[in-house]
Amino acid sequence: MAEANLKVFRGEKDSGTFENYKVPIEEGMVVLDAIHYIQQNIDPTIAVRWNCKAAKCGSCSAEVNGRPQLLCKSRMDKFEPGEEITVQPIKTFPHVKDLVSDVSWNYEVNKKIVPFTPKPGHNWVVYQEDIERVQEFRKCIECFLCQNVCHVLRDHDRKDGFYGPRFMVRLAGLEMHPVDSANRLKMVKEDAGVGFCNITKCCTEVCPEDIHITDNAIIPLKERVVDEFYDPIAKFFKSVFKAK
Amino acid sequence: MTNYETHEHDVLVVGAGGAGLRAAIEASAQGMNVGLVCKSLLGKAHTVMAEGGVAAALGNVDPEDNWEVHFQDTMNGGKMMNNWRMAQLHAQEAPDRVRELQEWGAVFDRTNKGQILQRAFGGHKYKRLCHVGDRTGLEMIRTLQDQGVHRGFAVYMECAITKLIKDGDKVSGAFGYYREDGRYVLFKAKAIVLATGGVGKAFTVTSNSWEYTADGQGLAYDAGADLIDMEFVQFHPTGMVWPPGVRGILVTEGVRGEGGILRNKDGYRFMRDYLPESTKDQFSADDAESERWVNAAIAGVKTNDKRPPELSTRDNVARAIYTEVKEGRGSPHGGVFLDISYQDAARVRKKLPSMYHQFKDLADVDITAGPMEVGPTMHYIMGGIRVDADSQMSRVPGLFAAGECSGGMHGANRLGGNSLSDLIVFGRLAGVGAADYVKKLGGAPAVPQDQVDAAIAEMEEPFRRGADSNAKNPYDVQKKLNQIMSTYVGIFRNKEDLETGIQKLQELKEDVKNVATKGSKTYNPGWHMCRDLKNMLIASEAIARSALSREESRGAHSRTDFEQLSPELGKYNTAISKDGEGMKLEKTPCPVMPEDLKKLFAKKETTHNG
Repeated sequence: MAEANLKVFRGEKDSGTFENYKVPIEEGMVVLDAIHYIQQNIDPTIAVRWNCKAAKCGSCSAEVNGRPQLLCKSRMDKFEPGEEITVQPIKTFPHVKDLVSDVSWNYEVNKKIVPFTPKPGHNWVVYQEDIERVQEFRKCIECFLCQNVCHVLRDHDRKDGFYGPRFMVRLAGLEMHPVDSANRLKMVKEDAGVGFCNITKCCTEVCPEDIHITDNAIIPLKERVVDEFYDPIAKFFKSVFKAK
Repeated sequence: MTNYETHEHDVLVVGAGGAGLRAAIEASAQGMNVGLVCKSLLGKAHTVMAEGGVAAALGNVDPEDNWEVHFQDTMNGGKMMNNWRMAQLHAQEAPDRVRELQEWGAVFDRTNKGQILQRAFGGHKYKRLCHVGDRTGLEMIRTLQDQGVHRGFAVYMECAITKLIKDGDKVSGAFGYYREDGRYVLFKAKAIVLATGGVGKAFTVTSNSWEYTADGQGLAYDAGADLIDMEFVQFHPTGMVWPPGVRGILVTEGVRGEGGILRNKDGYRFMRDYLPESTKDQFSADDAESERWVNAAIAGVKTNDKRPPELSTRDNVARAIYTEVKEGRGSPHGGVFLDISYQDAARVRKKLPSMYHQFKDLADVDITAGPMEVGPTMHYIMGGIRVDADSQMSRVPGLFAAGECSGGMHGANRLGGNSLSDLIVFGRLAGVGAADYVKKLGGAPAVPQDQVDAAIAEMEEPFRRGADSNAKNPYDVQKKLNQIMSTYVGIFRNKEDLETGIQKLQELKEDVKNVATKGSKTYNPGWHMCRDLKNMLIASEAIARSALSREESRGAHSRTDFEQLSPELGKYNTAISKDGEGMKLEKTPCPVMPEDLKKLFAKKETTHNG
């Protein structure tokens, strides 16, 4: 039986080394299966976060040969026979153990977002074409791969100034909901820091749900912020009406 | 002295899927100080995998629908074994719970009149499943999660409960550990709601995730609650069968709801042959009528044509596929073919996006161009912790249960879509029930230290045994358990197999006593598995013993040595409880339906299970 060569990061809190494992290959196998093989047959203490194994829960995010992806969607037959497959935890968040990172920062950010606030007395007649856009954003499985590759968070560690692509998607989903009545644009501009994004689209590239994060969520939010805070004509009219 | 942290809450909810989140939101709304414990990260619980929809008689597509029809469908699907009161509450309250989800931000697919769209599903007379493509569970859990984080309750992520603490007969706390670093934690609580889900990891081929290790069933059993209807295990008819790594992953019933056709290797559409006489009149007479029904459904127009035979109940379809394969008419990898590729490709991608990607990414199959291969996969357990229908309290004061870990609602077979509605209806009721109980309770019950010490000792054991010569690898033991359950307690059962299975489970208990681990407590899955095995073994033995005792075929429980349905046995639930170190089985009378509801059911005595 063919064997794969896996090189997996082992250790706790960033101190660790890559260990090599040989894993027999089955047809249709994914990298998560290989990690489970190690867990069941070689070392039961190897840590990996996973749930559904069907790309629906977004738990098993990691970096395979440097590319951030879901382990449950990384097919083993995409690699050359004998090719070394390097598996390491996502880098942007604090390391816990082996392939597990501490992503709790994301949950703290989520709490800050003003929740869905329906217009009072709305009759809930809402047409499909009016929610198509929002439904795209709601496909998000919170794998945080977009957060992991975002330069602002990964290279500049500006978690203090930018919520990251995941929460731009969440904010866009709320702002574009036809029944929502809250205004989050001040938050989008200030606390969430949409201005930090310089549209490199790395987040869109790694999204396992094919959400067009940059084009459909971030850029429209940037435009709305510009309209709200920087549009000179609107500013003029506002001042005129206020003066009355 | 081992250290542990301590938290105090009025209500502790264990499990953060749909039921747990809904219970926590409700208890919080009732003024309780609430803690929510989840074994995974928030929002990753098994609910996220639910696909097809949530059943509620809104009547948006078929205006004839109402709660009474939903109630009848549910009882008929469950072969009248359901707790009638739970089925009634469920059918009555599901529409409000769905509308509430919408008000909390859930974005359901719409009809062309701008209302929540509903699709057909097996066993439902009318189009009843509110959905979002085939990712309804994700929509539901995210909605509840985003609602929940603003309700002010504490969330303990990646935390597992290993023991319930009692003060006399009352529940008073729970002990557990954090997966991340293995530190111990004690929750003092006046009431506890278990919402831990199912038992799938006891089986080899399952649609369930690693979390489904019977935690709630095991904890409640140890605390003195009884487990009912455990023989009723649902095998979903359509799981992936190929490639091996994905075997068991769910293929939504929505594929059939949208018109998917089942065929065997000869291209023969076999489902009509397996329709029970008693339900034949509810299905189309021929393929032409099925086609007209599908076309009407796609166009969103009313039709008098009847639905295709593929939309029979899950127990029936699973048996049909199993039989086709066993008799040599299966597909190359031991399943049958499920085909939706005759429909417009863009529509299939729109209505079934995650199925499209799942097959494309994991199996190199384009479902818009050709059929899928599917076969039965262990999916759900109808049985579970017995609760009071209105309050969700078990027979242990202060201990509540909701969702899959509770029993009674679904009887002998659950209809698709009734699980998501179950979660929000009974999650809410459990939150109300727990709050009412706490308000009447007065002071906090005591947490005896000896019980905490025993819980700590239990968790330390696997490390101490690490060096023993007879130490067992927990994963090897799980594999053995899976083989036993899949071989002897599967879709078709008989006395001899079940007795063998029970015997082998007894032997396995010795192995479980000797499971060991090494390394540190930091995110150590081998260590976690050592504890999970105990719960899985309790549930497995309960399933096997209950199955052996029920000498009939009813719903999902199929006995090859007792193929008929017995009206007499339909009057009793099987109840399992702890008796010293042994397991006690009793037959307890089913709650009797009041006359006004009985009238909804036509008098037809049948001995055929279908």
